Amino acid sequence: MNLFREAFAWLFAPEQQVGADAVLVRLGEHLLYTAIAVVISAVIAIPIGYWIGHTGRGKQVAVACSGAARALPSLGLLTILTLLVGVGDAVLAATVVFVVLGVPAVLAGAYAGVESVDPDVVDAARAMGMTEWQILLRVEAPIGLGLLLGGLRSATLQIVATAVLAAYVGLGGLGIYIIRGIAIRAYEQMLGGALVIVVLALVLDGVFALATWLITRARRTPVRPGDLGGPGPAETAAGTAQDQTSRSPAAATEGSS
Amino acid sequence: MIEFDRVAKRFPDGTEAVREITLTVPSRRTTVLVGSSGSGKTTLLRMVNRMVEPSSGQVRIDDEDVATLNPVTLRRRIGYVLQGGGLLPHRRVLDNIVTVLRLNGVRRRSAEERGLELMDTVGLDRALARRYPGQLSGGQQQRVGVARALAVDPNILLMDEPFGAVDPIVRTDLQNELLRLQSTLDKTVLFVTHDIEEAFILGDQVVILKPGGVIAQQGTPAEILADPADDFVATFIGAERGQRALRVEDHNGTQVVVDGRGRPAGVLAEGVPRQ
Repeated sequence: MNLFREAFAWLFAPEQQVGADAVLVRLGEHLLYTAIAVVISAVIAIPIGYWIGHTGRGKQVAVACSGAARALPSLGLLTILTLLVGVGDAVLAATVVFVVLGVPAVLAGAYAGVESVDPDVVDAARAMGMTEWQILLRVEAPIGLGLLLGGLRSATLQIVATAVLAAYVGLGGLGIYIIRGIAIRAYEQMLGGALVIVVLALVLDGVFALATWLITRARRTPVRPGDLGGPGPAETAAGTAQDQTSRSPAAATEGSS
Repeated sequence: MIEFDRVAKRFPDGTEAVREITLTVPSRRTTVLVGSSGSGKTTLLRMVNRMVEPSSGQVRIDDEDVATLNPVTLRRRIGYVLQGGGLLPHRRVLDNIVTVLRLNGVRRRSAEERGLELMDTVGLDRALARRYPGQLSGGQQQRVGVARALAVDPNILLMDEPFGAVDPIVRTDLQNELLRLQSTLDKTVLFVTHDIEEAFILGDQVVILKPGGVIAQQGTPAEILADPADDFVATFIGAERGQRALRVEDHNGTQVVVDGRGRPAGVLAEGVPRQ
């Protein structure tokens, strides 16, 4: 526990609160890399995922590519890319690595979401006269939103954990404490940095959990008695014993007037 | 009037769903397509709103070949009800009903007003307007489906086994409701079912289809009962099992009607049938 105490002491020491190496600055960098990579992953993967889900085509290819992308070792890829583009463009290399990591998860969430929609619902929407775009945007996308958020959530968590590597190519971020800590054997610094990353990941996960909860709660809310509206005389007389489906239209109109 | 002119449908896997069917669906009447699974009845129905394209032949609505019409505009003027309702689970009941009105650019206020009126029409309590489909019973969902199909006041109503997923009591209820609706709305209804009883209850014209998409017989329920075209029809409507051959027996002065096996089907009422 001593190490933890030292880590906290290091974390809250005045030196860590100011300047270019302040924890908050590093946290900002870390978040920025994560956000950029998640947004780019989403921009690439959501349209492709929706297309796969809507048309039902190309799923095999997508699964194969996703598997391959997931199998790529991030550190190795980052090293090669940085050498290729030059250290000056390390941001580019790092972003590519993070995006490669994020795309498969978002892609899976996007097409799983669209695929999860009951085919009868899509059929009915089409038969009503919705265009394919309307089916996608008004039926498939909203119903599949929960699964898409799940995909974004796991992409974000993987990226936020892997963004540690940004420091490896001199880009800062919270990983700098770990990489520098290893070099100078400053364990309290390594642990302090790691703790901040853990907290950040948990907070982001919480934000996604909250968003998912909010959108699922907005639908299929359990029926509260108040939602039924004030029962009219016809309803109180006949409605209690009868199922609503068997109630005559006249009674229903009276009841709601 | 809907005309099927020598339409056939062969699916890419080689299945022949419909084989050269010519059929006229008269306006303002209910025509029921009835047959077991694989008889092509749903395929035939879905050709009307171009959800299925015939491999050959022509489908005409009021002398207009549907193949020349834009599918989206065509579908928006045809009501479609399917089994289970096919309601959008993420939208409230009222929003479901007014979907097509809103797609057509009707303002929310007036669309919702119309939606509430439709809920009255199909016998749904207005208090259900703000519920989600998942919170309704099967029968209520089916009514929402009918209200949604009626929203744009279409001339044609396509119904694909709409009452197949509800229990027998609710089913009878919905059938009666449809008859009541049809007596006031006068739509051209094309109705698909596998239940011959339902076909005889609802249909002005009944079309019995054989597996492989061939018409076995068409006519009014009475015509079909009076003169089944072949053994297939006789079996299908239950004539050969004696279910349809009723005779009267006298039980202490009351005329009891029994079927071929002697099971009572009802009593003979006197005078004018009650309505």
